[in-house]
Amino acid sequence: MLTDLITLRETEPEDIRLLLDTAQSFKEILERPVKKVPTLRGRQVVTLFYEASTRTRVSFENAAKIMSADTTSVAAASSSVQKGESLLDTARNLRAMRIDCLVMRHPQSGAAHLVAQALDIPVVNAGDGMHEHPTQALLDMLTIRQHKGRLEGLTVAIVGDITHSRVARSNLWGLTKMGAKVRFVAPATLLPRDVHRLPVEVYTDLREGIEGADVVMALRLQQERMERGLLPSLREYSQRWGVNAKALEVTKPDCIVMHPGPMNRGVEIADDVADSGRSVILEQVTNGVAIRMAVLYHLLGGEASA
Amino acid sequence: MRTIFRNAHVCDPSQGIDKIADVVVDEGKVLAITEDSTPYDVGSCEVIDCSGLVLTPGLIDLHVHLREPGYEYKEDVASGTAAAVAGGFSAVCCMPNTDPPLDEPSVIRGLLKRVEEVGVARVYPVAAITKGLQPEGLTEMSALKEAGAVAVTDDAYPLQSAEVLRRGMEYAAQLGLTVMTHCEDKSLTRDACMNEGLTATIMGLRGMPSVAEEVQVARNCLMSLYTGCRLHILHVSTAGAVRIIRWAKEKGAPVTAETCPHYFALTDEACMGYNTSAKMNPPLRTQQDCDAIIEGLLDGTIDAIATDHAPHASHEKAQEFALAPFGIVGLETAFAVSYTELVSTGKMSLSALVDKMSCQPAKVLALPGGTLRPGSPADIALFDPNRRWTVRAGEFRSKSRNTPFEGWELQGKPVLTMVGGKAVYRHGM
Repeated sequence: MLTDLITLRETEPEDIRLLLDTAQSFKEILERPVKKVPTLRGRQVVTLFYEASTRTRVSFENAAKIMSADTTSVAAASSSVQKGESLLDTARNLRAMRIDCLVMRHPQSGAAHLVAQALDIPVVNAGDGMHEHPTQALLDMLTIRQHKGRLEGLTVAIVGDITHSRVARSNLWGLTKMGAKVRFVAPATLLPRDVHRLPVEVYTDLREGIEGADVVMALRLQQERMERGLLPSLREYSQRWGVNAKALEVTKPDCIVMHPGPMNRGVEIADDVADSGRSVILEQVTNGVAIRMAVLYHLLGGEASA
Repeated sequence: MRTIFRNAHVCDPSQGIDKIADVVVDEGKVLAITEDSTPYDVGSCEVIDCSGLVLTPGLIDLHVHLREPGYEYKEDVASGTAAAVAGGFSAVCCMPNTDPPLDEPSVIRGLLKRVEEVGVARVYPVAAITKGLQPEGLTEMSALKEAGAVAVTDDAYPLQSAEVLRRGMEYAAQLGLTVMTHCEDKSLTRDACMNEGLTATIMGLRGMPSVAEEVQVARNCLMSLYTGCRLHILHVSTAGAVRIIRWAKEKGAPVTAETCPHYFALTDEACMGYNTSAKMNPPLRTQQDCDAIIEGLLDGTIDAIATDHAPHASHEKAQEFALAPFGIVGLETAFAVSYTELVSTGKMSLSALVDKMSCQPAKVLALPGGTLRPGSPADIALFDPNRRWTVRAGEFRSKSRNTPFEGWELQGKPVLTMVGGKAVYRHGM
């Protein structure tokens, strides 16, 4: 039974399957003219974001609202964090207001874990540092499953800044638990130490890394990586690791292309791919709402008892 | 008053003693180690039956953060020395990263005055090698030595400049002071909070590579060879560092080294679950490193086991992993963790362990103690080697609770500690 959603590494395969199946059935609600079901009426969901986010935050809030939960959003910039309050104290204070679920994003790995240990309500990790972003991986898996009809046996190549990517980590655990093969493709300076000891194939060459892939997922490259001396230039990166139509010639013919957003067009992904028929990037965003509905539904146990 | 420890397993590697005997203490000094203490049992005399117990020279810890002055909410002289004697330590060397730091004679004198007033163990201050522990300029080491400093160090603020290290070592050497260094190339550990490797990769944390420690161990050993200054490498945590120190000793460098119990008892996997009680610097490494450290202890490459006792308040550790301060407490678990991991497993003899925790530390800094030779101060530790106990941080004498050994069942318990003939700690004795 799910009590929190902090990592996919520690989530059972049957729970992942349950969340994907539930999200699949919820997708129909998103296509209705009146997007409202009473499932979580009377429940209070708080989103606590210590990092800027458009997609994830709106996605969670819309998911909660569609299910009739009440939502409050707390942004770190306007909160008592500025006054030096600790993360645990902030979380305990929110809980004291009798909220039912906390969705949080934080720049520090382990932040959601820390809060989940201290609170007796479900905590959802909406991204913690370089650690995990489980709902992103779930929506990616849902999108892949819709296109390929399965996850088992597929080859998914994740290309880009693996070291700093919580998306890569969550996808690695989620996809391998569902029977897919995962490859990481990155320049050596953006691969974390001992990555070879994870259940993943590692490549520094883009062509070799995406050869025969069913799915190619490009990751966002932060400008900051150049400043830290991890890469020489955006130009060299886009030439060697940028996902473009030419590079995709070696994948399976029906390979789809994904990106967790926000995209740097012309850097990690070219326009001729992002806007092509292979791109499922906007479907990922739609599926994100369905996944978050499913997560809230299972964590909050459906209908509130009167 | 005279004290007689009767029928103890006396283990004193400094004299090659490892046998059942009686130890007689009189007027604060060891009077005799004898098969039969009956002739000494005259007048007012406390006789302690030590059947089944191990009696050793008091343990000496080369590496303790007493936190006074400045951070008394974490630890102070009273609580820190109380923790020390509860762990079988009769003496500790305290590090200078206090506020103000131990970089002026007046601060050293002030600290020693506090020790006289409230301390229950001997305290040997280690002064800063540079003013304010910043790389600006050397401290007045001559005056610091006169005030009571027994060595100088860059602990917690590892010297990045080889030039500053060189001049510090040259200056210290002429005064007969040993330089103790925390080896870490900070350009390789920016924003890092645990060992770099599989566990950090899974947890999404920035790692400190073992090579960050090793490049400075190598540099500092070379500088010791070049300047002739005695160098003590603090808290060795990697297999590579052990190899480099072994090489330096072979070359005749005046180098000694210490490790801590956590570097052979734990790996970086203890950080899983973002356990900030397993966060220290240098960080916990891998099983291969643990094995190499034990090997280094056995072949003499690593001279001593110290604790790097580094207390922090609970609220400081109850944070996001990367934001929590480095350091764990160790005084009250060091002997038992070492005994359990090294002696109970048959990897090391009891006398070798006592050597690493008492005789060798005394030798490293030429401190009094580390021996039961008649005439020396009666600094004595008594252990029950068969007592199994469970670590409960809530019962520590230390003010802080940040131990990675919480809940561990350990073997070997300090039951009595004597400093200068006075029993300053008793547990059921």
